[in-house]
Amino acid sequence: MSKLLLLAVVVLVVIAIAQLTKVYELGRRLKKQREEEISVANNRLNANLWLVFMVFFYMFFIVLSVYYSDKMLPEAASEHGANLDWLMGLNLLLVTAVFFVVNTLLFWFSYKYYGKPGRKAVFFPHDNKLELLWTIVPTVVLAGIIITGLVAWNDITDEAEEDAVRIELYSKQFDWTARYAGQDQELGKASFNFISGTNPLGIITQEAIENKLAEIDENIKSKESQLENEVMSDAVEKDTEVAVRRLYAQRARINSLKLAENEKELGYDDKIVKAEFHIPVNREVKFTFRSQDVIHSAYMPHFRAQMNAVPGMTTTFKFKPTITTDSMRTITGNEDFNYTLLCNKICGAAHYNMKMDIIVESEEDYQKWLSGQKTFAQSLGLEDKAEGLAENLNK
Amino acid sequence: MAGTVHAEGHAHHHEETFLTKWVFSQDHKMIGRQFLVTAVVMAVIAMMMSVFFRLQLGWPGESFGILNTFLGDKWAPDGVLDRNMYLALVTMHGTIMVFFVLTGGLSGTFSNLLIPLQIGARDMASGFLNMLSYWLFFLSSVIMVASVFAEGGPASGGWTIYPPLSALPQAMPGSGLGMTLWLVSMAIFIASSLLGSLNYIVTILNLRTKGMKMTRLPLTIWAFFITAVLGVLSFPVLLSAALLLIMDRSAGTAFYLSDIYIAGEALDATGGSPILFQHLFWFLGHPEVYIVMLPALGITSEIIATNSRKPIFGYRAMIGSILAIGFLSFIVWGHHMFVTGMNPFLGSVFVFTTLLIAIPSAVKAFNYITTLWKGHIVYTPAMLFSIGLVSSFVTGGVTGIILADSALDINVHDTYFVVAHFHIVMGLSAIFGMFAGVYHWFPKLFGRMLNTKLGYAHFWVTIVSAYGVFFPMHYLGLAGAPRRYYEYSEFAMFDQVVDLNVMISVFAIIGAAAQGIFLFNFFYSIFKGQVAVQNPWKSNTLEWTTPVKHIHGNWEGELPTVHRWPYDYSRYEEQDYMPQTVPLKEGEEDH
Repeated sequence: MSKLLLLAVVVLVVIAIAQLTKVYELGRRLKKQREEEISVANNRLNANLWLVFMVFFYMFFIVLSVYYSDKMLPEAASEHGANLDWLMGLNLLLVTAVFFVVNTLLFWFSYKYYGKPGRKAVFFPHDNKLELLWTIVPTVVLAGIIITGLVAWNDITDEAEEDAVRIELYSKQFDWTARYAGQDQELGKASFNFISGTNPLGIITQEAIENKLAEIDENIKSKESQLENEVMSDAVEKDTEVAVRRLYAQRARINSLKLAENEKELGYDDKIVKAEFHIPVNREVKFTFRSQDVIHSAYMPHFRAQMNAVPGMTTTFKFKPTITTDSMRTITGNEDFNYTLLCNKICGAAHYNMKMDIIVESEEDYQKWLSGQKTFAQSLGLEDKAEGLAENLNK
Repeated sequence: MAGTVHAEGHAHHHEETFLTKWVFSQDHKMIGRQFLVTAVVMAVIAMMMSVFFRLQLGWPGESFGILNTFLGDKWAPDGVLDRNMYLALVTMHGTIMVFFVLTGGLSGTFSNLLIPLQIGARDMASGFLNMLSYWLFFLSSVIMVASVFAEGGPASGGWTIYPPLSALPQAMPGSGLGMTLWLVSMAIFIASSLLGSLNYIVTILNLRTKGMKMTRLPLTIWAFFITAVLGVLSFPVLLSAALLLIMDRSAGTAFYLSDIYIAGEALDATGGSPILFQHLFWFLGHPEVYIVMLPALGITSEIIATNSRKPIFGYRAMIGSILAIGFLSFIVWGHHMFVTGMNPFLGSVFVFTTLLIAIPSAVKAFNYITTLWKGHIVYTPAMLFSIGLVSSFVTGGVTGIILADSALDINVHDTYFVVAHFHIVMGLSAIFGMFAGVYHWFPKLFGRMLNTKLGYAHFWVTIVSAYGVFFPMHYLGLAGAPRRYYEYSEFAMFDQVVDLNVMISVFAIIGAAAQGIFLFNFFYSIFKGQVAVQNPWKSNTLEWTTPVKHIHGNWEGELPTVHRWPYDYSRYEEQDYMPQTVPLKEGEEDH
């Protein structure tokens, strides 16, 4: 019924416009007016409308800017972010000025020079000086923009400090996981081949390699014996053959991994956290990003930080947080404020709720929190590994 | 000249059947009309899609009967848009608008209509290839629209179809059959575009009439020419990117895939790079922006000059800036990839090249404005849209300066700031250019006039709602709101700005409704509009010397001879225009 109603309304509107147009055209014909003859009254009407439009457009801009000025992101919570905010402010000021000047000239001329009797257009085909002017001025301004921008960019993409906190952000459809280097300050190697329920990030240890190889061999054996002994349909047989071939390929991939002596147990003291992760204030944090499936993007708007997480490669970004979560709660006057990590590269159905909270706190609180997190070894129930490693380090 | 030789070929008149006249026509004017009508239909579809996802964004989770009516119980159960369908609509809206409306539609219509008419040729260099170009375009349009009904829905990974998301059917339902159809459709589309572009280039270079030097070409033709060159050089790269993606999807190769664990299993692919796809995609993707923009700018140049009754200011600088933009557009693609992990130094290079484009763009904007200065502006609807284009080109262009700056891009990359930027600078400008073209050349297309008053109403509602939609998006972006989000409720940080989405959606609906005025005017006037006179806008260019009723070969008798550039407006006392066919007076210099 509602569909019919909707259709009826559309049809009626079209008919109404058609009838009005007919009336209008009959009127035109009576007055012997033609479509291509634009009357002075119409020229004036549109010229005036440009002025009206300009006023409303600028008011719209100003009202939005004022109303939303305190609803934008709060001040940057990172060292480079403060610099970027300053630069952004400068650039926004500049482009806003250009926006106003050029649009005003456009709308003003559109208003002022509408065709009316007695006005004759001037024949003004070119003027080298003018053209040189608006080539050179933008060039100079752009040179300034390029230089300041690149200085900031070089600083942001520079190598991280030696003692930076090392955190890996690992993405998959549709959540984030953070991994901290343990006491050894180094993240254990990882590979997609080792991902499992107990090893969600695919951390490679010597034991993991051995277990995985054993598991694959087991699997191959059982599948091959199936192929030999069981009666199966052609389709199933083919699938099984493919599965076996893939298992051999996986075994070859794993066999090609060679861990150095010091890497064999490197990952055991790594700490894996979900839902929220903590970082210390005023210390540089070096993030590395990996992805399990598709491209994601780690976007931390409060820190003016963003980097894609790309399957098959590792990307990095570093920054130094300068404002703790508590201080930011005071600054924003919002007790529930939390720094947030979002996914900012389309990654599937639940892209829009792929998030993690970030807590910035004092070094002391951070250390306390970190020591309360389980190590990878603990999560596997290998308490001795973790302890043994700690002892080794202490020596 | 080539033109006279060509004329003999048309001397013998051949009978036309319904099929050769209306369907498989090889006449450039008919092909232009076919492109236009197809593009209008595609534009309506893509616009409807945007209204559907705007409903969800404005009022997330609310039930709308209209969604259920159009999308059915599978994609809008109880009138609430499914989140996979949301991504599908966003993807298809972008794809159709960018490729089918603003590339196929804009170039297809106006390059076809205007190139032979404005350079004084009987037809395109190859009528047959031209016909083939349209029918491939039609076929690809049909496939693209049909993909909406595919099992799992149409392609949903964004119009940029980045793998692995687009390569793995496990990653999202839209990466199944829908994605296959998308790729097939695009491959055909690219073939169509290449045939068209080659034809445009050859025609412009070889079939200009006597006296039509390159420096006497209207700026429309210069724009179409460089656009075609860009298309020929860049679309094949997208075709290879698509072919490699097809291989990854169905032949087990690993061009773009590596180290992936999805749906509970580790895939075999190793050694590929998803970033490779982005380089290939944007090697087309950025020139594509200018493939869309340049024809619109060319159309605007012509209309602003004609209706200001003044020569376009700085004709040679305009040509120079078209050439500069065309060249630079090939070396800036990396600015889409600042945060992909690309080498930062490479990023710096792209910052430099990208910001250079602002210079020729600024020259163009100021030249338009100077053309208006001390003019005698005649407000045809086409003129309104052209001035609207200059405004949106500037308003959207300036935010490009921020996005081109890699350091500043970090925090606005992939947010609504970008959505605002490219919709204003490219979407609005190009569609305004297309509207301007339709209003201006409707008499040449259909031999009748569009209704002026309806044109005014169409323009003013459109520009107000267009800025109403896209301007507030800057604020969403600066607040950090990512694009392609189904809703924002998961993040408390956006609570204070999401009300903007309501306003945006309201403007979007008004803007969409306003296109009804145009659609009515368009289809009504094709059949019932006032019959056109030969040169309604008192214009200088050659197309207005052809008869109102289309004839094969365009001119009765001999081809016109050109004696001057096309912009001698208000040069003489007697009348304020001087067609290109009028000889210069004794001792007078051409410009």
